[in-house]
Amino acid sequence: MNTPDNLLYAKSHEWLRLEKDGGTVGITDHAQSALSDVVFVELPKTGRKVKAGEVVATVESVKAASDIYSPVAGEITAVNTVLPNDPGLINREPYGQGWLFRIQPEQPKPTGLLSNTDYAATLTR
Amino acid sequence: MFYLGRKRFARTLTPVPSVLPFETVPDPIAESPLASLHAALGARMIPFAGWNLPVEYSGLLAEHKATRQAAGLFDISHMGQIRAQGKDTLPCLESILANDPAKLKDSEGHYSFITNEQGGVIDDLLLYRLASDDFFLVVNASRHLEVLQLLKRHESPNVRFSGNPGSAVGMALQGPQSAAILGPILQGAPLPPRNHIARFTLLGGTVLIATTGYTGENGYEIFSDIPTGRKIWSAILETGKPLGLLPCGLGSRDSLRLEAGLPLNGQDLSPEITPLEAGLGFFVDLSRPRPFPGRSALELQKKSGPPRTCIGLQGQPGQPPPRHGYPVFQGSKQIGVITSGVPSPTLGLGIALALVTTPAPVCGQDLEIEVRGRRIPAKVSPRKFLKGK
Repeated sequence: MNTPDNLLYAKSHEWLRLEKDGGTVGITDHAQSALSDVVFVELPKTGRKVKAGEVVATVESVKAASDIYSPVAGEITAVNTVLPNDPGLINREPYGQGWLFRIQPEQPKPTGLLSNTDYAATLTR
Repeated sequence: MFYLGRKRFARTLTPVPSVLPFETVPDPIAESPLASLHAALGARMIPFAGWNLPVEYSGLLAEHKATRQAAGLFDISHMGQIRAQGKDTLPCLESILANDPAKLKDSEGHYSFITNEQGGVIDDLLLYRLASDDFFLVVNASRHLEVLQLLKRHESPNVRFSGNPGSAVGMALQGPQSAAILGPILQGAPLPPRNHIARFTLLGGTVLIATTGYTGENGYEIFSDIPTGRKIWSAILETGKPLGLLPCGLGSRDSLRLEAGLPLNGQDLSPEITPLEAGLGFFVDLSRPRPFPGRSALELQKKSGPPRTCIGLQGQPGQPPPRHGYPVFQGSKQIGVITSGVPSPTLGLGIALALVTTPAPVCGQDLEIEVRGRRIPAKVSPRKFLKGK
């Protein structure tokens, strides 16, 4: 499974990319593969303040609905408006155009997240 | 937590009974006799009803579409294959099953139930008559041992039941190209008509082929010994590939059956749900003289009307898919709950079966489904969601 080294990972299979002006969140290649074809995405409202670990979105494949948890506390600043019309982007580009939302983290240094190698290790257990 | 595949499949897992008087207990998770072939095809496996089975190979949507437009091949070796033989088999089955086995002629099959004293469904099954003293039952994996145990209580010198889990191969070839694929493998031997079964000698073994299925498409279910089954699986894949056949997993099997309005035991049927409530009264024969468990309860329910009714629901494109367990509302009043729901790959909107209080709203009426705390619109529809399937 692809786990880029410039991202931080939650055990619950979300990734966070820290940028100069906030962070971007999506689900990992492992998660999209395990879900299989994504057919529906429910995204949070921009401006919503969330805690780390709070349910912020739902990604549904044909067979199941899966909750998405915010990897950090902060404020939702944008959502990927392309996804509702093309949820398959999550399968095709989980780390690229299939991103879910942008967040302004409360803390500059997030805690409790994993490096790519530590996350990859959780998948082989 | 990010639960992968939590709802649909986790719920239908049934633990295997630990102590059985008549046979050795299988491993908690059994491998299909076709497991090595699935691995070679790159299948993603999940536990289901005590079995480790493919959930998908190339992808659920592609497999669903292949079955509707060309053909799909499904491993159904987990389904229980039970043989009932002996000269008193027919009266014995008549005293157990809710549909009347006496209606069947040689080589015919029909859908039936084993019901409890309350008329609730222990299992739904297909019963085939091979000869007057030789019947074949295909039961759900999750109920296989329970049903075999129940049947064996009725054994006598003139009725015997056999068929342990894991001892045979079953596969379903489904879709419009099924006959074109199976025909050449059978070298022109005529295939049985719909809902019939026939014996064939094929690739060195004796096999049973039934013209039945669980997808709403024309197709065949093939039952054989293990070595022959492995050969047939590979032969069908090879012959079918140029015609668009894909090997298909449990994922598409579920979305296909729900589009066709076919019930899943453990969700749409259970010991607490009668066939009449599930809208399957056609397969319960109350006209014959012989009693069977639950007969009087079902007669009463038929007279007074079942307290609950299974309806079909259709959502709208762009709305979250309906799922098992979601509440169903008419106005402000909850009238029932969804027993099976899926985003229909063919229709592009959510479809569901729901069990609601009687009198049920009629087709075309507007209801609401509660999804994660909010209500979404849904229309009552026929339970066969695809016309002509």
